[in-house]
Amino acid sequence: MLLKINFTQQRRVRLAQGLWLMSWLAVMCGAFIFCLGVYLKTELLRRNEVMENTEIHMVPNILMMVGLASIGTNWVASRVCQDSLDATRFPRWKVLLLAWFALAALLCCLLIAVVVLSYALQGRLEESLKVGLRNGIRFYKDTDVPGRCFQKETIDRLQMEFRCCGNSNFRDWFEVQWVSNRYLDFTSKDVKDRIRSNVDGRYLLDGVPFSCCNPASPRPCLQYHLTDNSAHYNYDFQSEELNLHSRGCRQALIDYYMGLMNSTGPGVLSVILRQMTVAASLRYLQAAVEGAMALGGTQRARRETSPGEGSRNH
Amino acid sequence: MAVLRVKFTKTRRDKLAQVLWILNWISVATGAILFSLGLFLKVELNKRGELMAGKDIQYVPNMLIAVGLIACAINFLGGKICYDCVDTTKFLRWKLIMLPYIICTFFFTFCVLVGALMCYSMRGELEESLNLGLTEAMRFYKDTDTPGRCFLKRTVDVLQIEFQCCGNNGYKDWFQIQWISNRYLDMSQKEVVDRLRSNVEGKYLIDGVPFSCCNINSPRPCIQQQITNNSAHFNYEHQTEELNLWMKGCRQALLEHYNYIMQSIGLAVLITWLFELSVLTGVRYLQTSLENVLRQGDPNSESDGWLLENSFMETARTNLHIIKTLGKNNQIDTSNNGDPNINIPSTSKAHYGPDNMPPKKTSEAS
Repeated sequence: MLLKINFTQQRRVRLAQGLWLMSWLAVMCGAFIFCLGVYLKTELLRRNEVMENTEIHMVPNILMMVGLASIGTNWVASRVCQDSLDATRFPRWKVLLLAWFALAALLCCLLIAVVVLSYALQGRLEESLKVGLRNGIRFYKDTDVPGRCFQKETIDRLQMEFRCCGNSNFRDWFEVQWVSNRYLDFTSKDVKDRIRSNVDGRYLLDGVPFSCCNPASPRPCLQYHLTDNSAHYNYDFQSEELNLHSRGCRQALIDYYMGLMNSTGPGVLSVILRQMTVAASLRYLQAAVEGAMALGGTQRARRETSPGEGSRNH
Repeated sequence: MAVLRVKFTKTRRDKLAQVLWILNWISVATGAILFSLGLFLKVELNKRGELMAGKDIQYVPNMLIAVGLIACAINFLGGKICYDCVDTTKFLRWKLIMLPYIICTFFFTFCVLVGALMCYSMRGELEESLNLGLTEAMRFYKDTDTPGRCFLKRTVDVLQIEFQCCGNNGYKDWFQIQWISNRYLDMSQKEVVDRLRSNVEGKYLIDGVPFSCCNINSPRPCIQQQITNNSAHFNYEHQTEELNLWMKGCRQALLEHYNYIMQSIGLAVLITWLFELSVLTGVRYLQTSLENVLRQGDPNSESDGWLLENSFMETARTNLHIIKTLGKNNQIDTSNNGDPNINIPSTSKAHYGPDNMPPKKTSEAS
């Protein structure tokens, strides 16, 4: 017998009532976990176009599954509590209870796995964002190609919303042709020179799109001829910090998603604790009621446990 | 001839009291909702406070907040009264207060209605205020080194990005002001000097707009400078180009945003007003039926409830008479020889002296 407690009839009734309340609270926690999963998934789906793979979606998927399973499990626990004080109705739950404990243990393990995964998948998320953003920047100019025509809007919106520029920083835009050939005057000397200046025949310039501009800058935004100090009055390229967003979009997005997942961490941990409390209380209640029924309705009943009580929830 | 007379049995009276108790508590909740709506509107107006100049429109959310708080208090009292009205003995406690309470609540519902109407009438003042505020903000866009105005550039940029608008009425407003500070102009260049000389006030005016006017839906990279010059950009036609910049003016965009909020709030306040009026009607019926029960003496009997005891004209006349005679409280009533305890007929005998004999008639006729 492990962790033995004596239960009078009065205390059994109290325990059943308290457990009924706790299991309904746990149902609400399950709903909360489900909503958390849904929220995280929608946030990830919103930026789907700049992510290359969907491995990180494992975290919200598991959260949603666990939330739904937790709602069902704890609802069953509340039904068991309601029937526990009625000797005629309790026996039908006996068979189910072992499965219930196994399921509760599985849910707690899954929740712990989610917390671990959200840290472990950070590297994969970074890779996915790196490739996705690189493609987004490369296809920025292809607003006439079906399937890629929304890349420009996506990247512009992303850069303005997250106050970032480029993949690692704004220089990523110098290496890509982001002005479409449709808008280049091929008779102009400047255009011809630029196209000839590199092997691939791309029109590269030291300029960035308007969405990189920082609204907090005291001067009107400088987008073109960024590396040329003489092109603008009173301008020093090396020391100018406020003109464009200095952060790279990859870093901004990772910070955002890590912040989201970290803030859900304490909530998930408290749900794990609650679930374990419900499981332990249900085990006490089950043993106490079975003991009472075995003794044939005498006042006191000893609580009996199976040998594996303390080590169940690993 | 009572107005809208209804017969109430004892059970109906009790049921009415209980229902009114619940409704009063719901009204407390709606009063709290009104309060929070007023608070929400205040916060929304303050968020764009820098872009509104001149007229003070804070009186609308302040009115809503005050009305919400008073509604909570009045309906809380009403709930208490209705709860006690189920028992005729407890009703005696509230008997004297009920009529003044009903009259006060009736006038209060007018305040709620005024609050609702103010929400709809605010639009004109808001438009003027925004017009002035936006013009000022655009004029001081370049003054990022002047304390007190240094955040206007950021405010205007963020506004234009968020509401997808450009300028006051349209993007051409930017052509008429200097939005590039002199700190960033090279006065030694010929082009700059020419531009400064080209207008009376010596302002550096260009046909360009800030970057926040750029439309993200445009298929080509944003054209911000030399907008009216077709030859400056390849494959560009200024007149037909619609996707390059935001076409809406910021005043229009902000007005639409606030209109939407105001209409929703106005609707909610109107519904609250109707609800309050119906609760007030119920309380009035309850009051009159309970008073009639007291008059009849038997607490279990049927009684009549009404809105007004006499017809509308009669009640108006009586009340006006009361208001008129209110001022005459201190004046002596001279119609009964000044003594209010004696009721002498007004045609009294002539007083002929101490022996009260009428004088002899003289028969001479000279």
